[in-house]
Amino acid sequence: MKLLPALLALGLLAANSFAHAADPNLARDLAATCANCHGTNGHAVKGAGIDALAGTEKSKTLQKLSDFRSGAKPASIMHQITKGYTDEQLDLIATFFAAQK
Amino acid sequence: MLINRRDFLKLGTAAGTMAALYGCAGGGKQAGGHVVVVGGGYGGATLAKYLRMWSAGGVRVTMIERNPSFVSCPMSNLVIGGINTLDDITVSYDNLKSRWQVRVVQDDVVAVDAEKRSISLASGGSMTYDRLVLSPGVDFMFDRIPGLNNAAAQAKILHAWKAGPQTVALRKQLVDMKDGGVFAIAIPKAPYRCPPAPYERACLVADYFKKHKPKSKVVILDGNPEITAKKDLFTKAWADLYPGLIEYRNDSEVKDVDPATNTAMTEFDQFKADVLNVIPPQQAGQIAIKSGVNLINNRWVDINWLSMESTSIPNIHVLGDAVFPAPTMAKSGHMANQQGKLAAAAILNMLADQPPNPEPMAMSACYSFMDPNSAVHVNSVHHYDAATKTMQPVKGAGGVSAARNEAEAKLAIGWAKNIWADMLA
Repeated sequence: MKLLPALLALGLLAANSFAHAADPNLARDLAATCANCHGTNGHAVKGAGIDALAGTEKSKTLQKLSDFRSGAKPASIMHQITKGYTDEQLDLIATFFAAQK
Repeated sequence: MLINRRDFLKLGTAAGTMAALYGCAGGGKQAGGHVVVVGGGYGGATLAKYLRMWSAGGVRVTMIERNPSFVSCPMSNLVIGGINTLDDITVSYDNLKSRWQVRVVQDDVVAVDAEKRSISLASGGSMTYDRLVLSPGVDFMFDRIPGLNNAAAQAKILHAWKAGPQTVALRKQLVDMKDGGVFAIAIPKAPYRCPPAPYERACLVADYFKKHKPKSKVVILDGNPEITAKKDLFTKAWADLYPGLIEYRNDSEVKDVDPATNTAMTEFDQFKADVLNVIPPQQAGQIAIKSGVNLINNRWVDINWLSMESTSIPNIHVLGDAVFPAPTMAKSGHMANQQGKLAAAAILNMLADQPPNPEPMAMSACYSFMDPNSAVHVNSVHHYDAATKTMQPVKGAGGVSAARNEAEAKLAIGWAKNIWADMLA
């Protein structure tokens, strides 16, 4: 966090700098859109038949998402949902879930 | 910390990096204050939990709900079809209280004073807020159906469109009905709460008749020109599973009823049923209308989709079925839950003097049972579009099931268990 004073000195933290900035909690907010089915922070209800995502290695989640999207991995619904998110968004989501204990 | 160094770099723009720094360094103002949430359904309960979780307890949350526990509308058609009981779709607010320290108050909000930022309770007394969230669901426009505009008629001709006592009462009417009777369900013009649910109800009642009262019949009086959701899947299920059992009539809006004879009147026709189930036209829950927020079509609340805040009254946010829907966005429990998180994130930013996330997303997955062992889904993904200032469906995403199937009947139950936990556990 040593960058902070330098940035402050440059005057770059003015409120209007944030107008088009990515939200600091973007990954958290995106991952929350998955939680309805995959559980809060990826902790799905055990025995309910839906994959838990918390603590799953990022590369593994990304591979799964990519296979759903391409059709390589058959799905009932995930092939349709994955097409709604950009690669960058899926990357943020997979990173967030990998970091959940 | 939610954002690691690699993500930092991925954020790309210098401004993005700074926003991330600002959010994580603890140098900025932390979100604090008191949020009052009116309504503990899919929208309100989700928002209450996520406000507490994401602020690590920094924001005080009071949730005012008139019922003692949560009863789910999704899955309630399984109770009407006799497969589940009301207990199966009821979840307590205990975890919201003890685990998340949400102050849950069983009461009704009767007035909002936006100037003083306070609300009044039916039991007397009032409460002030920094931000108010109204998640009141829908209320029924009984005045549009004159014969139904009194308590006695409403006790006989049920809607069962809010889960609870009416769900159980409609089930009892079906159990008490003689074999050879007619169950008629009247659907209002869209938009109404949960578009596919009336057709799902027709399926599950037909399933009950098929097994227990085979001489009986289901009639759908639809106020719409055609089936409003999952049309091909329902049409096929009716033909395959319930031949001769379900009669569908489009453009048949019920304009009046005669409770004495259980008769529904459409513009040119009259229809007598043994069990008459009328889903009345709907509008935003009364407290949203009373609060004075801007409405669209005099029925639904006009909100800013970046924050779910009213376009006319600052510090009042509105969620769920009460909101004027974004394009192709259905009124559903799943969508209310998504909106609860969108609003929770925005409110925490705003309480810390930060702008809301400029690129929110929301998605929907909605299952309908075709019989107790098979189901279908429809889903959609929505992103904020700055040009139109609303949520727009992401092109190429979403869709429906290829065909009804057993796996999705199990997934539908898995969906319910997970979303109830996401709101209330």
